[in-house]
Amino acid sequence: MEYTLQKVITNKRLLGDIFTIEVSRPAGEIRPGQFFMLKAWNDELSLMRPISVYRFDEQTLTFMYRIIGKGTQWLSQLKRNDKIKLLGALGNGFPCEEVHGHIALVGGGVGIPPLYETAKKLTSLGNRVDVYLGYKDALFAFEEFEDVCDNIFISSEAGFEGYKGFITDLLHTENYDAVFTCGPLIMMKKIIDQCRQSNTPVWCSMEKHMGCGIGACLVCSCKTTLGMKRACKDGPVFNGNDLIFE
Amino acid sequence: MMNSNRLNVSINNIDFKNPLIAASGSFGFGREYNELYPIDCWGGISSKGLTLNGREGNPGMRIIETPSGIMNSVGLQNPGVKNFIANELPWMKQQNTVILANLGGSCPEDYVTGVELLNETDIDILELNISCPNVKSGGMAFGIKANVAHDIVSQVRKACKKPLMVKLSPNAENIIEMAKACQDAGAESLSLVNTFKAMSIDIRRRKPVFENVYAGLSGKAIKPIALRMVHEVCHNVTIPVVGIGGITTAEDVIEFMMAGCAAVQIATGNFSDPMIGQQLPQQLIQLLDELKINHINDIKGII
Repeated sequence: MEYTLQKVITNKRLLGDIFTIEVSRPAGEIRPGQFFMLKAWNDELSLMRPISVYRFDEQTLTFMYRIIGKGTQWLSQLKRNDKIKLLGALGNGFPCEEVHGHIALVGGGVGIPPLYETAKKLTSLGNRVDVYLGYKDALFAFEEFEDVCDNIFISSEAGFEGYKGFITDLLHTENYDAVFTCGPLIMMKKIIDQCRQSNTPVWCSMEKHMGCGIGACLVCSCKTTLGMKRACKDGPVFNGNDLIFE
Repeated sequence: MMNSNRLNVSINNIDFKNPLIAASGSFGFGREYNELYPIDCWGGISSKGLTLNGREGNPGMRIIETPSGIMNSVGLQNPGVKNFIANELPWMKQQNTVILANLGGSCPEDYVTGVELLNETDIDILELNISCPNVKSGGMAFGIKANVAHDIVSQVRKACKKPLMVKLSPNAENIIEMAKACQDAGAESLSLVNTFKAMSIDIRRRKPVFENVYAGLSGKAIKPIALRMVHEVCHNVTIPVVGIGGITTAEDVIEFMMAGCAAVQIATGNFSDPMIGQQLPQQLIQLLDELKINHINDIKGII
């Protein structure tokens, strides 16, 4: 974990209010499912913004984000060569080394990006990987999964492409040795329920507002059977069976 | 070495290498920030707010950005005094910085029992929290009315063998009367301000953003009000005052020192810039040079 100054390489609108920003990559290990705290302002905002890692290679690091407030609005205005401060890599990431066999990755909306590197890693480790991508209406960022997994299943609530409905309708957890998921809470809860019934191990990446991003301030706590856990430090990925939803 | 001698301060005969204290709640017990930089650059560290028994804190949203600030509603999530003593304090004490244990409570008995446990440790200062706005049954309940604060501080004073700092709420009915009451009751120093009780509404959900309805406002937005309160208090008590409220720059630190503070605390600033603790001492030295001030205490209380 380091706090470094990086440069914007590209910052593009992918679709609607969804953007990808590619920046120069800080040194140090990055694991699939980890995140960074981003800051591209001085005094104008008080908090950095936690954004999960979408893609990385030796030179670059890419985040995908949706404009939902002032911070992401600000990020969307950045141009090539603008400076951006990154704190990370943070959090635990998905436990790619701990699962074996046939793995399902289930993403909903902007919960999809952290699954790309995860799929890549799981495939490189010799697993069979099926990716389930759930969208509200228009599709984004699904083509690149073709190179890093065995099968892709797509749903959209609007029914423009793929299955019309929820992605959880397509998922049969009993067919898998493990499930990794990231997306809306309601989707992840449903997946946890399915996995409990089929006795399938399940890991969920939790999204929370964050303060420090490193585990000190306790604003991102998640209630678990093991006590209160910090999404930023103990997570963001938790064993789904440990999570307690209030 | 010359440089460090220009920032050292003293509160109740406790020596701080500089007047910068990491404020309770923003810094945990220091372990996480120590992964970023050696935390002995701080003059002191105030622990996460402790209660006698551990607490899970508040449900729902716990932090949002506001104009020039943040609102939080953590609700004193902490491992409890005993776990702090067993698992956190030994490590903190190895860090070559002054350790303040911040203690909250919901009844006098809990405060006193907590103090008795902390008496037997090597914490340097007890910071009594009568100002947390995020816990319904306590904390700030003792920090609104001066006579109520006088009562709780008196009881804690009798039990406490450590230097006693009382952390005040800006939500007090009258901050000067509150400060005087705490001094009369035996507080040996004061820290202020904690967060301002504030509110935010999610107009689309037609609900308060925070489960507790109200939450605590901090950050740059509160600095001018905090500075005014600190100034008023410094002119009305004789005990040392530690300033808190939106401090993010060396200039801010000098302002609070000029207003009469013996030291300052930094909370929200750690979130805006995670390296602030490492950078501020050097920036302070540079500012002293620029302002032709030899030692930071030379400008203490000149306003």
